[in-house]
Formats: sequence, C-alpha cells, structure tokens
Amino acid sequence: MMGRRGGFTILLSFAVAIALMIVSLPSWIAWARPDWLALTLIYWCIALPHRIGIFSGFTAGLALDVIRGGLLGQYAAAYTVIAFLAIKLHRRMRHFPVWQQALTVFLILLLGQLTILWIKGMIDEPVPMLYYWIPSFTGLLVWPAVFIVLRSIRRNFHVQ
Amino acid sequence: MATDHKKDYLTGLRTTLSAVLYPVQVVVDLPRSGGNWLKETFSSRQQLQEENASLRAQNLLLESRLQKYDALLAENNRLRELLDSSSKVNEDVLIAEILSIDLEPFTRRIVINKGDIEGVFLEQPLLDANGILGQVVSIGAFSSTAMLITDPSHALPVQSLRTGARAIAVGIATGNQLKLEHIPNNADIKIGDVLVTSGLGGRFPVGYPVGTITTFEIDPSQPFAKVSAKPNADIEHVREVLLVRNKPPTLNIELTNELNEESSGEPTHSIVDDEQDSTVINTLDNQGGEQ
Repeated sequence: MMGRRGGFTILLSFAVAIALMIVSLPSWIAWARPDWLALTLIYWCIALPHRIGIFSGFTAGLALDVIRGGLLGQYAAAYTVIAFLAIKLHRRMRHFPVWQQALTVFLILLLGQLTILWIKGMIDEPVPMLYYWIPSFTGLLVWPAVFIVLRSIRRNFHVQ
Repeated sequence: MATDHKKDYLTGLRTTLSAVLYPVQVVVDLPRSGGNWLKETFSSRQQLQEENASLRAQNLLLESRLQKYDALLAENNRLRELLDSSSKVNEDVLIAEILSIDLEPFTRRIVINKGDIEGVFLEQPLLDANGILGQVVSIGAFSSTAMLITDPSHALPVQSLRTGARAIAVGIATGNQLKLEHIPNNADIKIGDVLVTSGLGGRFPVGYPVGTITTFEIDPSQPFAKVSAKPNADIEHVREVLLVRNKPPTLNIELTNELNEESSGEPTHSIVDDEQDSTVINTLDNQGGEQ
C-alpha cells in the first residue's frame, strides 16, 4: 500500500458528474439524462470501499439537492441508499463481467429512484410515472462506458 | 427533509451551500456565456453598425410610444386622484440573466445570476418583455432560483382582460402551457382572450399580461370546462428577465381600509339613544382605526 492518493482526482470526478447533472439539455432528452453522480458514486464505492462510502454518498447527494433546488435531503437520502448497497455488493460486483455489473447497477439505481419517489410522494410533488424511470435504463446503458473511463482514470492517477 | 419542507430553518444552510457550489454553475454555463462573448468580440464592424441602426430605430419607436404612455399616465393619475385611490406605477426593475442549467426534472425552475447581494428577495415577481414569467423561490448569495408560472406547483391569480372574470392559472408538468382551474361550463370565455394578473394574492403586480386562451372545451359530463392558455412570455427561449423591485401593494391594507369605512359608517346609520352604547361603538371604531 502506498497510502491514500488521488483525493483530488476523486473530488474532481464528482464535480464533473455534478456538472453533467445540470448541463442544459433539450427538454425531450433531459428526461433520459442518466444519473451520472450516482454512477460515479457506485464506481468509487466498488473500487475504493475504504475511502468512499455512505458519508460521501450523503454529501454528494446534499450538494446535488442544493444545486438542483429540490427538497433538501432527497438526493442525500437516495445516495445514502445507493452507497450502502454498492458497499454491500462491492466484493461480488468486482468479479462480475461488465454486463452483469450493469444489471446490478440498474437495480441499485432503481432503488435509489424509488427512495426519491417516496419522498416526492410525501410532499405531493407531481411526477409523470413512466418517464420517471427512464434515467435508470439509460444508467444501465452508459455504465460500461463510465466504468471503463473511471477505471482508466484510477489507474493512470494511481488513486487508491 | 421534513424540516426543509415545513419550516425555513435550513434556508441559511442552503444559501451557504449554494454559494459554495456557485462556481460549478458558472462553469456549466461557460460554453453559452463564452460563446456569446466570442460572438460579440469577433462580430464585424458592419454587423455592429446594422445592429446599432436597427436598435436606434426601435428606440425611436419605443420613445414615441412612451410619450403617449406618459400622457396616459398623467391622465390616469388624475382620474385616480379623483377616485381617491392609490396607484403604484413606477415599478423599479432589475435585469438578470438566466444561467443555462437544468434543475429538478419535471419541475420548471430556472437559475438567475442575481442573488442576495443585488437585493433579490423571496417571492419577487419575474417578467420578460411580453409578460409574467414566475417568482423567486430561493436565494443564494450570487444566484437565485425562480419558479416559472408553468411549474406544476405554481398557481397564478389571473383575470380576463375582456370580461374581468377571475381565475387561477396552474402550470402543467409537460409542455409550455397553463391550465385554468374550476371554470364553469357556462363561463364567458373565448379562444384568444387575453389573461392579465389580477393582483389577488398580493405577490404579483396588477395588470401584467400572462397569456392567451388557446382551448376551451366543454364536456357536459364534467363539472368544469377544460381551459388552457399559452403564456405570453417566451418561456422556452428567454435569456434575460426583469425582476420587479418594489413589492406590490398588499391587499390586506385595502381590505382593512374598507372594513374601517364600513364600521365607521355604521354608527351614523343606526341612531343610538343610549350614550353608553355610542361610546362603546366609538371605542370600537377607534380600535379599528388604529389597526
């Protein structure tokens, strides 16, 4: 072990993910925007479970809440759930082939979205039911790309 | 979360955090603002001259209209003085730019580049050149978030310009449209009617254009008609917005004044023989006047 390295790289990857979450897209495609921040969080939870975990998930979610102007704490709650599941499953997921990883990620994302849906239901925020789940499917599709990009970043910058 | 939903203890935390995260918003907005800057810097002399000429012509036109408006304003003030009612016409505005940032999906909110420092306040109305856009819902130090009138959780009190009938315009989750709620089937509404703000509710100034009626469908089996309107403001494409600075006159004051007038009018109508009773009424009157 060379000790903890690459904290800045991890932070930067989260910042880029947040930026991708709020980049302005045409409204017909904005519904399908994958949850980049959740995917980044899941990757780091699998790769570095001793560094990135539930607390990091909570913080990232809180940042997203503030920047997106929703109810403070809804993404924080969802990302806590996501980080918990990713940490729980990280040993298995490391050995999965990418497509099987993608399916697991899809399920984790669905559970995260379910958490947000419950919260939105509690405060009576209207949600169109079918469109709401699209980001999980697109998350499934982009996971291999996210995985490969973040893995190469991790190897290049020796983050551990 | 419950605290954030019901109370406003967390406003300070949100304001601080949003100030910390403002750089991310600026970076995301950079391609657009940078593109604008490049376009302005490298546009040719001829283009600028053409633009200048057209702006000059437009300015002349607007000034000539303003002269007419000034005359009308003077007349209006005079008439209002005759009627003995107050009027608020000089509304101070602040120009803000919209950052090209997407917020919560399925809501219609925007981020503007003016915040607490520039004097933006909660519930401040937002306009563009054509009509009402929305209102400010949360404030950061350098930026603030505004809810558009087409947001599904936004309701705007409106009034038909032609008939004066009042209604509530509610946003819908999909599409750039407003829905008028609880309109009876026999209401006098025609397609093309212009809606303006009614000023009820006290948040928006009175008489600003909101939208035009696009559909009016009557289904006899339903208790209310289905009415939708298209917002006048160019919500999808607007880049710069006006923030109305002075708070609109609140309705409460007018109401209490009216109540006072009524209560002061009563003793003259009901002639009271007993002195004690009349003093009681007088003291009540005084209390009403003080409030």
